[in-house]
Amino acid sequence: MLDHTPKEIKERKAVVINPAKTCQPLGATYAALGIHRCLPHSHGSQGCQMYFRGHLNRHFREPAEASTSSFTEGASVFGGMANLKTAINNVFHIYDPDMIAIHTTCLSETIGDDLPTIIRSSEKPEGKYIIHANTPSYVGSHILGFANMTAAAIRYLSAKTGAPNGKILLVPGFVNPGDMREIKRIMKAMGVDYTMLPDTTGVMDAPLTGNYHIFPDGGTRIEDIIDAGNCLATVALGQFASGAAARELENRCGVAPHIMDTPMSIDVMDDFLMLLSRLTGREIPAELEEERGQIIDIMADLHQHYFGKRVALFGDPDIMIGLTGFLLELGMIPAFVLTGSPSNDFEKRVNALLAKAGVAGRAKAAGDLFALHQWIKNEPVDLLIGNTYGKYIARAEDIPFVRVGFPIMDRGVHSYQPVVGYRGLMRLLELMGNALLERQERDAKDEDIELIM
Amino acid sequence: MLDIAVMKEEVTKILDHYKGKTYKSRKDHVLVVDSSEAPQEIVADCRTVPGIITERGCCYAGCKGVVVGPLKDTVALTHGPIGCGYYSWLTRRNKARMNEGDKHNYLPYCFSTDMQETDVVFGGEKKLRQAITEIVDIFNPPSIMICSTCPVGLIGDDIQAVARWSQEQFGIQTIAYGCEGYKGVSQSAGHHIANNGLYKNVIGTGTDPSVKKKYSVNILGEYNIGGDGWEIERMLHSLGYTILSIMSGDGSVARLRNAHFADLNLVQCHRSTNYNAELLRETYGTDWIKVNFLGVRATIKALRDMALYFGDPELITRTEEFIYGELEAIEPEIEKYKAVCQGKTVALFVGGSRANHFQGLFEEIGMETVLAGFEFAHRDDYEGREVIPFIKENADNKNIENITGQPDEKMYRLLLSKEKFEELNKEMEINYFKGMIKIMTDGSVVVDDINHYEMESFMKVLKPDLFGSGIKEKYVIHKMGTLSKQIHSYDYSGPFAGFKGAVVFAHDVAMGLTTPVWKLIKPKWRRDAAPERTLAEVL
Repeated sequence: MLDHTPKEIKERKAVVINPAKTCQPLGATYAALGIHRCLPHSHGSQGCQMYFRGHLNRHFREPAEASTSSFTEGASVFGGMANLKTAINNVFHIYDPDMIAIHTTCLSETIGDDLPTIIRSSEKPEGKYIIHANTPSYVGSHILGFANMTAAAIRYLSAKTGAPNGKILLVPGFVNPGDMREIKRIMKAMGVDYTMLPDTTGVMDAPLTGNYHIFPDGGTRIEDIIDAGNCLATVALGQFASGAAARELENRCGVAPHIMDTPMSIDVMDDFLMLLSRLTGREIPAELEEERGQIIDIMADLHQHYFGKRVALFGDPDIMIGLTGFLLELGMIPAFVLTGSPSNDFEKRVNALLAKAGVAGRAKAAGDLFALHQWIKNEPVDLLIGNTYGKYIARAEDIPFVRVGFPIMDRGVHSYQPVVGYRGLMRLLELMGNALLERQERDAKDEDIELIM
Repeated sequence: MLDIAVMKEEVTKILDHYKGKTYKSRKDHVLVVDSSEAPQEIVADCRTVPGIITERGCCYAGCKGVVVGPLKDTVALTHGPIGCGYYSWLTRRNKARMNEGDKHNYLPYCFSTDMQETDVVFGGEKKLRQAITEIVDIFNPPSIMICSTCPVGLIGDDIQAVARWSQEQFGIQTIAYGCEGYKGVSQSAGHHIANNGLYKNVIGTGTDPSVKKKYSVNILGEYNIGGDGWEIERMLHSLGYTILSIMSGDGSVARLRNAHFADLNLVQCHRSTNYNAELLRETYGTDWIKVNFLGVRATIKALRDMALYFGDPELITRTEEFIYGELEAIEPEIEKYKAVCQGKTVALFVGGSRANHFQGLFEEIGMETVLAGFEFAHRDDYEGREVIPFIKENADNKNIENITGQPDEKMYRLLLSKEKFEELNKEMEINYFKGMIKIMTDGSVVVDDINHYEMESFMKVLKPDLFGSGIKEKYVIHKMGTLSKQIHSYDYSGPFAGFKGAVVFAHDVAMGLTTPVWKLIKPKWRRDAAPERTLAEVL
């Protein structure tokens, strides 16, 4: 497995080998799927939407419908206006969504199609919406695309009417519906009224009833996005995926932005609950404090399973920062923390967490899995955490492997389960503990097999 | 069983929902099979209507993803932003392994120039050169294939010049494919571009004729999905054939170089490799036959045709004995699964060959195909190769280079005399493919480039028990409470090819139809209450 990966590390400036990111439009598609009765539209070649849909299908095991401008060579030369106008007409006539969320691609950005002008001059049925986000595939990653489309929804729709709605706009980040459900449960337990944007629950985890509809019941309601301008604050979980939306709502409607990390550690969960409490005046309920106590109980009882273990983790920047915090709380060593997404801030943020804990580790933005594999070859780790692609490294180096992040295409159920909130932390503890202990047992002699561990 | 008139009416109703140009564009892509109207014409390989929610992909996907990608001993370097390389990384199930003597397998790797904004503004050639330099430094691969994505063509990077530079600089064969996503109308243009590149640069470059043994063949258009190619290899090897190369599942550039030494070419996927089948015939005189190793009867026909072509009585006898032995082993198994599947119906929407290839497999377990369609096929895949002279060039396909082969002075040879060829051509089809429509029953529906709306509509009208397609359609079908099988990836099962594969296939279909979940969809409290019967009513 991965037999051509040498231990010796040579500097690379150009070639990316085994990426740990993908392009903006995928994130824009996922964000748009989280708006009720919204059809994502890819303004580019047909292959783009085929690739995004296929990838989303495989991770969630759910439909992910999206349309495309189907660029041909002619459209690439003369511009994509005619294709987009035709597409808009067809989408509204055939599929009748309430909104089309258009994202651009490397193709349409390179030829410089002017989306606002095309949209303004397009026919659109009464009461329907068209929004767009510029998502050139040669800038940033799928996380930036998610951030851009979420912000675009606010830019196009949100308005301040002067009638405060007392709600929090909650931007959950590029996470699973399982995570979003957990965040909603926490909001409910706090007694806080909120709008979640985007919200892929009920869309990317829709039930099988035998009655299919292209637009499932879930997703943020358009009227709630409009009303977001009247929210009392925005809470954005994850600066990379959610920060842009919070800043956009501040700029447009003066709603105060509170941008924090994805709540994947005790520290950040405490901050999250305290922030909600401060913003709304609600007290943190006993129910959540009890859950917190349970996690602390588990961490104390089982600390020996985790302490001092060296971990390599890769994935999206917000998830990596969140997870690094939790690993440090367990006394684990985040030896390598890598994201494929380019960022000036990522390495600083992770390094600050490591420094605060007094742990030596290496953070890398705009990295790839080839580099991560080489680091592991040189300085072995006890555990690897990442998306499905990690299994090749895990197999090559015989390392226990825990799947967290996007995409996970070789296991099921994960998208229904959280990695955020106290319940998410409990799940992470179980996943990591099981992986480590199963490895210990696999390698143990008969006489060293313990009944109780 | 299917009523032609009723179906035609249903098709009209479905198409009537479209307006103006969209109606005009779609109406000739759908037909109801009616043998009284044969030969029936269909429109295919045309632009997709924007916004219609197509299931199609792009030129890059056809070139890098389908044909070039599976070659294991070459570095396929995607020149473009990260997405294209990333999405085509290990997502197609073209299995490969290191066989004896193999030193290279780059399939678990994704190589990309990860173009950034500055590359798009100032040109990406510099980064491409640097990427190749680094690849050579780290891997020293035997060859490199540059596959370009949309922006590359738009900004005018000269990838051919970079390929020449790389070849001179490092002495490593470097082939550039201008397979930008916007070219053509689907994956199909990419297949053609990949065929051209391999024909011009790889096929025929092998210089050691000793690789050629008795009954040497190439298998074109076999991608080793789920190990199909390995099962075909097992059968052919045990019959005494030599497989010189496979294009391209578990294939290698090294073996493909020797393709011109073959006596006969076997074409499994006609759509993606008919170009090279024809070029090999024109250049080296090698005949090709359309084979289909999916389905028991189709496999038997392929094996018999091959033996008949070589005309060796011993080979013919050996083939019959082999078929007998294989059949004996599988028949009871197939019968067991057939009992479950008998009488059910299936709709198929796949690629450019599989909607055709799989019909026999389903028929053998008692399932009727009520709808079949292709994502990126051409008219010849539907109507047969006789239609090729009548296919009109259009603005989208005319820019894809169409090569014609010239007989190679040294290597051109005909295995069969003219008389022998004529005689055989009566018994089997040589250098010919009859297409899909002819195998379909009256009243069944053929849809080219189906879209989401049509798929949903036909599901309601035809109510098939199974829909065979790809990942984008799969979960839509499941949400309807109907079984869907992925005919591209086999849902990570397989092999489905050959005799043994037919058993795996029959098992999988029977399993899908039998799994208790379908009966659990309605909660008990929503089911029609079955009348409770008590003993007292009878006693």
